[in-house]
Amino acid sequence: MTGDDEAAITADGLRKRYGAVQAVDGVSLTVRRGEFFGLLGPNGAGKTTTLEILEGLREPDEGTATLLGERPWPRNPRLLPRIGVQLQASAFFERLTAREQLAAFASLYGVGTRRAEEMLARVGLTEFAGTQAEKLSGGQAQRLSIACALVHEPELVFLDEPTTGLDPQARRNLWDLLREINADGRTVVLTTHYLDEAEILCDRVAVMDHGRLLRTGPPATLIRELDAPTRISVPSGALSAAEASAALDEEVEVSDDGVSLVLATRSPAPVLALLGERGALHGLQARGGTLEDVFLHLTGRAYRE
Amino acid sequence: MKAFFSLSRSLLVSNARDRTWLFFTVLFPLMFLLLFGVLFKSGSAAHSTVLQVGPVRVLDSMTAAQRAQLGQSLTVKRDDNLADALGKVRDGTDDGALQQTASGQLVLHFSAGDATRAATVQGLVDAVVQQANQDATGRPPAWTLTTAQVEDRSTKPIQYLTPGLLGWAIATSGTFSAALTLVAWRRKRILRRLRLAPVSLAAVIAAPTAVTLLVALVQTAVFLGVATLPYYGLKLTGEWWLAVPLVLSGSLCFMSIGLLAGSFARTENAAQSAAQLIVLPMAFLSGSFFPLDFAPGWVQSVAQVMPLHHLSVAMQDVLSRGKGVGAALPTIGGLLAAAVLLCAVSLRLFRWDDA
Repeated sequence: MTGDDEAAITADGLRKRYGAVQAVDGVSLTVRRGEFFGLLGPNGAGKTTTLEILEGLREPDEGTATLLGERPWPRNPRLLPRIGVQLQASAFFERLTAREQLAAFASLYGVGTRRAEEMLARVGLTEFAGTQAEKLSGGQAQRLSIACALVHEPELVFLDEPTTGLDPQARRNLWDLLREINADGRTVVLTTHYLDEAEILCDRVAVMDHGRLLRTGPPATLIRELDAPTRISVPSGALSAAEASAALDEEVEVSDDGVSLVLATRSPAPVLALLGERGALHGLQARGGTLEDVFLHLTGRAYRE
Repeated sequence: MKAFFSLSRSLLVSNARDRTWLFFTVLFPLMFLLLFGVLFKSGSAAHSTVLQVGPVRVLDSMTAAQRAQLGQSLTVKRDDNLADALGKVRDGTDDGALQQTASGQLVLHFSAGDATRAATVQGLVDAVVQQANQDATGRPPAWTLTTAQVEDRSTKPIQYLTPGLLGWAIATSGTFSAALTLVAWRRKRILRRLRLAPVSLAAVIAAPTAVTLLVALVQTAVFLGVATLPYYGLKLTGEWWLAVPLVLSGSLCFMSIGLLAGSFARTENAAQSAAQLIVLPMAFLSGSFFPLDFAPGWVQSVAQVMPLHHLSVAMQDVLSRGKGVGAALPTIGGLLAAAVLLCAVSLRLFRWDDA
């Protein structure tokens, strides 16, 4: 096995049972170096347990995990400095300021305080360096916790729902940060509550439910595989639903809610031609399938219930 | 080693910013010392007042010198109304009422409301009567008694209070810090985070230990500093520096108790209650607040298995009874042995995580 060719993560047949609950039921996956990988699934799907097994916090009942060529279980001091983990609940020392938290974590990894300062600037918290962690806003606390996970420059980073509870602006800012981390060449494994986030950020996602991986692949591929109809909508009025139905193939589903005329089809060309002929292209919107549809299709339920 | 210093520093800063923590570890025990020190400042010096009802020959015939001698322990006041005098004795204003009956019989009225005062006044009046009887024989006494106190004549309750309360303060901060730090770190997922960092379990446990030892030394310095103020008048005797190793080994022992409690407790509140349930009864049963000399036998037996009792006694020995290494060493050994035993049990029960 040579350095950069080996996979960042290889999991083979992971199983973990808690009492009567089979939390993880035969998970196998490979994450390549430098990849941005998303693990998706509803609450109780087994994401957290899978992550904990990969991070070395839990021992699997069956199966093996290998990270950067090392076994995470039992607690492996050779591996620990090479991975960074941002936990769901930010784990901060009480009453320490942002700067002190980072400096503390830096020195736990034997990293100097200069690096801590750089990290603080990187996540945009320099002006809050003297603020106690408890007094940071949700977004600031998440950024600090990501900074703590990155302060020792790990090759592989686990981020557990980093944007949960943030407002849209803070989420977008964090996305930029996450992209930069990945652009540095680090492998990122992300779990998230938001499928749009996974679609935008991840190179590949794995959809998980009832402890199993249902499908793994690039978001665009999964969506294409779904072969969901394209939904074309124009403002109501330019064309009536009846006219549209008469002029188009039966396969096209037509509906009008008084605001928009929506035409759902798997072959959009004739629909667009018709709308063009009738001069009804103004205000047109077209939407293909999303990860949300993939999820609904795979699990039979909406992502957030 | 670097991780140990980093964790210790973080913990120290975090604690120092916690006002509640500062209050309960340093100020609260100190308040007890200040308060008890004032309450018991006069000490237990036996001084009684007796009301003389009507003429009483043994008292009336005393010379001025005898009267002055008696005045050190007994004040005699006149109240010729018997009913009035008995009322004062009953309500505790005065300790006894002495009258002489027509037949020359002396009668001392006392209240059983306070056994100590009753016994004292009876003893004093009896001594006066015996003295008068002896004088009446016109011969020198066959036997005389001179008393001498074994301690420095300055011995005051503060000599007892300081070691006891200091022991209690150390037991409190030791037990609480060990129980709470680990539970809080576990609950706040700091332990989980530390588990994911290249930090040894030894550093994770050594850091709160070092911080608590430091706190115990600060407590000792503050206590001894305050108690030796002229107002409280603690006189340090003999090899009082032995209090330092005693305090450190005691602190280690109480931390291991707290560590054990912290291994079982799931929440900070549970840990706090468990620590309080251990420390407060232990303090009373160990005689930290009140001497156990008058306690029932079973309490004295229970005290023998309380580490705090042994710590308090050894601290009294080195701080105010002028004893040396011989008095401190067995206790230090015992406390450390208990600490090692309890720590071993706690390490077996140690969990990085809740689930």
